[in-house]
Amino acid sequence: MQIYLPIADMPVNIFLVLGMGLAVGYISGMFGIGGGFLMTPLLIFIGVSPAVSVASVASHIAASSFTGALSYWNRRAIDLALALMLLGAGILGTATGVWLFTMLRALDQLDLVIGLSYVTLLTVVGALMIYESVRAVLRARQGLPATIRRPGSHTWLHGLPLKVRFKRSKIYVSVVPVWAIGFIIGFVGAIMGIGGGFLLVPMLIYFLRVPTATVIGTSMVLTLITMASATVMHAATNHLVDAVLALILMIGGVVGAQFGARTGQKMRGEWLRLLLGLLVFAVGLRFALELVVQPDDLYSIRYVRGE
Amino acid sequence: MMRRIACLLLLVLIGCGDRPAAAERLVVSLSKQQVAISSNFVGDELVLFGTVQPDGEKAAPRVYDLVVTVTGPRQTLRTRRKQRVLGIWVNVDSREFVRVPSYLGILSNRPVADIAAPDVLRRLQIGLANFLLPQRIGNDIADTVNDDPFRQAFVHLQSQHGLYRESGSAVTFLTPAVFRAAIPLPADVPLGSYAIDVKLFAGGQLTARSNARLEVTKAGFEQYVADAARDHGLIYGFATMLMALLTGWIASVVFKRD
Repeated sequence: MQIYLPIADMPVNIFLVLGMGLAVGYISGMFGIGGGFLMTPLLIFIGVSPAVSVASVASHIAASSFTGALSYWNRRAIDLALALMLLGAGILGTATGVWLFTMLRALDQLDLVIGLSYVTLLTVVGALMIYESVRAVLRARQGLPATIRRPGSHTWLHGLPLKVRFKRSKIYVSVVPVWAIGFIIGFVGAIMGIGGGFLLVPMLIYFLRVPTATVIGTSMVLTLITMASATVMHAATNHLVDAVLALILMIGGVVGAQFGARTGQKMRGEWLRLLLGLLVFAVGLRFALELVVQPDDLYSIRYVRGE
Repeated sequence: MMRRIACLLLLVLIGCGDRPAAAERLVVSLSKQQVAISSNFVGDELVLFGTVQPDGEKAAPRVYDLVVTVTGPRQTLRTRRKQRVLGIWVNVDSREFVRVPSYLGILSNRPVADIAAPDVLRRLQIGLANFLLPQRIGNDIADTVNDDPFRQAFVHLQSQHGLYRESGSAVTFLTPAVFRAAIPLPADVPLGSYAIDVKLFAGGQLTARSNARLEVTKAGFEQYVADAARDHGLIYGFATMLMALLTGWIASVVFKRD
């Protein structure tokens, strides 16, 4: 069944889009990530323009992270103080990213920068996650404790000044890495059109040693706020949010996220991280291929302006 | 300034290209003047009907050829070319096509090359190869030779999307003087005002000309959403955000266990 999208100016198959929302929602619920790094390329693949895809995916992610955040809130698994501090830095990062985005767009190399950042980020983060989780799985096999986190295990990050205590997460860390992580997430999000959940979760775990219990809920709150405000900003400035497309994606997304969250809670942490690592790595490879393999058509057309 | 000169040039080329040799009259009518895009729009096909009325009784019946040129709203588009740099494919070169039709259909009753001589076709811009597609080259705006790689790639890509087409079988003569032309509109047809230019040929010469206009607009719900997004961006954004929160909330209520 086809439906014409009023802002994307093209017809799409409702069931195809619903299915995409369901699949990405399932993954996002399972791993506690927004899933923008999967959904945006999928929409571009079915012919929606990149600008409309990025803008509309924001509201889809807002919906699925809200449903996720609600259930984590009920289980008191959200560190609001940490989320708000990350958010403050994230806004600064977003502003810097938007500025760079506009500049690169003028230079006509935006595709390349986006492509390269996807490849680098996804393959590196994916590989690191695979490495870490495989080690954790092997340790578990040998009967050792699965995680390497021990009380009192400190890195140089813990030597930095301006320490703050985050009660819910039971951590006592310097605000410097917290602000740095927030900034990076905001910056990358603006450039690549993603929420950055797949980056935030491992960063919180490995750098700040946030316990697994609060990390996903906290990441979801951050994703919710960034994506909800991104929806409003995209709508107010570029007028590119397609509400019809967003609604179909959301319905699929929230349903998928509910089932995904159940699967996720049944799985062991290290296996979950291994799966996410493999997924992130595979998407990274897919982008790498696109850059390296000769495209079918060397030419492409970009819209500059109308009458 | 350069653009204005280019436009003027274009007008001159279109306006006083050829004087009709004989005085046939051409009467055309579109099946509908307005295409309304609603939520179930998946493309459309318009039909243009027309008759040729010979001038008085002295004119002997002749064999006619007909070319219909449909041009959509003008757009400026950039064609980019990729090249391998340090192992990866990068956009290295680009050309801007200035105010070219977003939709271009050249429909005729037989291949345009059989209808008139090459110089006539070029002068009247008949056929994708002869249609003026001005490019910005440095500070100048000019069309290039037909085998320019950027021009060819541009026409090829637009044809792939169903936006540019040349068909030598889209026009049929029902009787020697009555014809119908099928104008296909793809699902992602550009919105705006379309000009339809109908040219009648006899013996390789232009003998009559007529035109029509067509509007492609959104209708109903599509129109409402598009207007809201454009005119009330902030409210529209907040509404979309609330819709997202509501959807998320409903899901967590519906799926609540225990």
